[in-house]
Amino acid sequence: MKFPRPAKGAVCALAATALVAGCSSSGSTNTGSSSNSNSKVTLTFWSWVPNMDKVVAVWNQSHPDIQIKFTEAAGGDAELAKLLTAGKAGDMPDIAQIEYQSLPTMVTNNYLADISSYDSNLKSDFPSGLWNQVTLGQSQLYGVPQDAAPLAFFYRTDVFKKYNLAVPTTWAQYASEAVQLHKDDPSIYMGDTVTTDAGLFSGLSQQAGAQWWSTSGTSWSVGINSTASQKVASYWGNLVQEGALDSQTAWTASWDKSFSSGEYASWISAVWAPGDLASQAANTSGDWAMAELPQWAAGDDVDGAWGGSATSVTSDSKHAQQAAEFIAWLNQSSQGTDLLVKDGSIYPASLSAESSSSLPASSFMNQSDFYTLAKQFSASTAAATWGPDVNVAYSDFGDDFASTVKTEAGYLSALDKLQNSVIADMKSANFTISGS
Amino acid sequence: MSTVTSLYDEQSAASVSRTRRARPGKRHSPEPRRSPYLFVAPAVVLFVAVFLVPLGYTVYLSTQKTQVMGLGLGANARKQVSAGFSNYTTVLHDGEFWQSVLRALLYGCILIPVMLGLAVLFALILDAQRVRFQRFGRIAIFLPYAVPTLIGSIIWGMMYLPAFSPINSTLNELFGISGINFFGQHIVFLSVANIGVWGGTGFNMMVLYTALRSLPQEAYEAARLDGANERQISLRIKLPMIRPAVIMTAIFSTIATLQVFNEPYAMHQISYGGVSSTWTPLMTIYRDTYTANDVYLGSAESIVIALLMFVLSVAVLRLTNRQIFGGEAKS
Repeated sequence: MKFPRPAKGAVCALAATALVAGCSSSGSTNTGSSSNSNSKVTLTFWSWVPNMDKVVAVWNQSHPDIQIKFTEAAGGDAELAKLLTAGKAGDMPDIAQIEYQSLPTMVTNNYLADISSYDSNLKSDFPSGLWNQVTLGQSQLYGVPQDAAPLAFFYRTDVFKKYNLAVPTTWAQYASEAVQLHKDDPSIYMGDTVTTDAGLFSGLSQQAGAQWWSTSGTSWSVGINSTASQKVASYWGNLVQEGALDSQTAWTASWDKSFSSGEYASWISAVWAPGDLASQAANTSGDWAMAELPQWAAGDDVDGAWGGSATSVTSDSKHAQQAAEFIAWLNQSSQGTDLLVKDGSIYPASLSAESSSSLPASSFMNQSDFYTLAKQFSASTAAATWGPDVNVAYSDFGDDFASTVKTEAGYLSALDKLQNSVIADMKSANFTISGS
Repeated sequence: MSTVTSLYDEQSAASVSRTRRARPGKRHSPEPRRSPYLFVAPAVVLFVAVFLVPLGYTVYLSTQKTQVMGLGLGANARKQVSAGFSNYTTVLHDGEFWQSVLRALLYGCILIPVMLGLAVLFALILDAQRVRFQRFGRIAIFLPYAVPTLIGSIIWGMMYLPAFSPINSTLNELFGISGINFFGQHIVFLSVANIGVWGGTGFNMMVLYTALRSLPQEAYEAARLDGANERQISLRIKLPMIRPAVIMTAIFSTIATLQVFNEPYAMHQISYGGVSSTWTPLMTIYRDTYTANDVYLGSAESIVIALLMFVLSVAVLRLTNRQIFGGEAKS
């Protein structure tokens, strides 16, 4: 689950300082020297899911021999950087929450333990697309999926009604409505440009059919500037060039205000959005509804994803078996997933949890069929393969799209630049890259 | 005459040293030279442990690189191999890295004169006689230094955000100027330097003020008897006398300039491109080491920056020294 809230300036910067201040803060790993599976073990666990401490407390109460020591980590990107650093020092926690797109980075660094001998039996309870994310198409298992994060279209029902807008089913309709809306009321935008967050843009490219990374044999291909991604970049570049969308940076206080003040009529986001909206625009409670992401061709049902994460055991853990047991409980047992949904407000990846009747209705959204829709979006999510340097790609994405001119040509050149820097980074580590 | 004096001096010096040498001879200890080493040992051990060893390790890391086999997905698919000087070649040919150095220098060119100018000004004002609210003024100017730079930067960042900026709304109300983009291509240097000035002036003022307080009062008295007013005393007496302190603050500030990280890093999160992730050298090192997970390249960059910093500090030292001698020759 991507909780981009922590990615916001303040918190993220603080997290980074904590990181600079010392990797030693993670020094609580495995003080017990014995790896005997019968003795009591204490496992460390990093995650950014809200209220995870409560979930962990429930486990600890019923499992006196496998105690989990939970540490709240910053959001996905910040935690990844911290994990990579801790990994060098051999100081990673036993268990860590990792976003799907970051798994290959962790795996190619050899920082994750293979838990296929413990948790492979869970396979049938997860969508094959997500299961593929945690195996990377290999026989090993590098984690158990926790949540799915399919993209969706969130919109203000009151604003749509006021300006007589229909919920757009195609991108063409979205574009014409965006232009029309801003013309009717220059103080309102359909939304912001999607190019300030790499995760969102890559999700939209995924919907358009792009494969940013793919493998064949022992070589990688990079398709960041593929035709499908270019289509997405042109589309949003055009809208921004026309002035139909706002171009401010996402995840800032100022951006929050655009939601709470009603400046934005909609948000292209993922199913975790209600949790964020509830805090950044609490005053708009009850005004939001969710619909399928607009499609490139009318009648299609293709979706992309923005984040989503698995829980993994790191290669520093001396108690992989016990850690795997906890992970299975957390992400697959009905007790674990119920707690995650209730306290962590995540959308579970487990199929049995997905159809569980205990899913609470979101009080923020005016949407009784929220989970039915979410399940449908999750099923229509296009398959994705992530590369071994998504960390570089996402960081460069921010720089490249931010520094370019806000036009169609500008976005296309940023995409080219990103493709080149990602390939250069992979080549410097001696990855074999085909077709370039 | 002069030869006689010098002869006499030599003789007396010789006799002094003779007596000095004679005394410890009485209680001749078997290992007379051990204690000096014991005294310097803690410093040497610390210097080696926290400076030389990490430095050596960084140099070692900078000559390594990661090599991946195949897809890089297996357990032993990634290993550390020797890279020779290839990381340094990469750094030296990296245009973006040198641009980040230039940006930091430009930032310093704005920051240092303004910050030290203000620090000198405030120190002299506070030190002058008959100044009201002296205590309050001292604390008020010093206080921003007590705010962690990161917190200060986040607060300033909020004030730069268009939707919140009280600066923009004030300018708009008073002069009808609206929509200043504090993260614009050129203004962003001023925006970042402003945070540095805000946070750094107090500390430098304190250093200079302390230097001023330790000056002998007789000089002022003499100047006053000669009819000098407060301003003349400040500029002609006090300022030249605290020159060493000014030089010290200048060197510290120069080093801090190349190391600037917190302020632009906080801006990076919100500026939408105004401050890139490689805006300053340390941000580049941070990005390469942690985000891109290439500690080897990051190490090479760190060594290059350390060398640059050394050269720059020596240059500032020499430049300011010459100024001192020049100033003395004139007077």
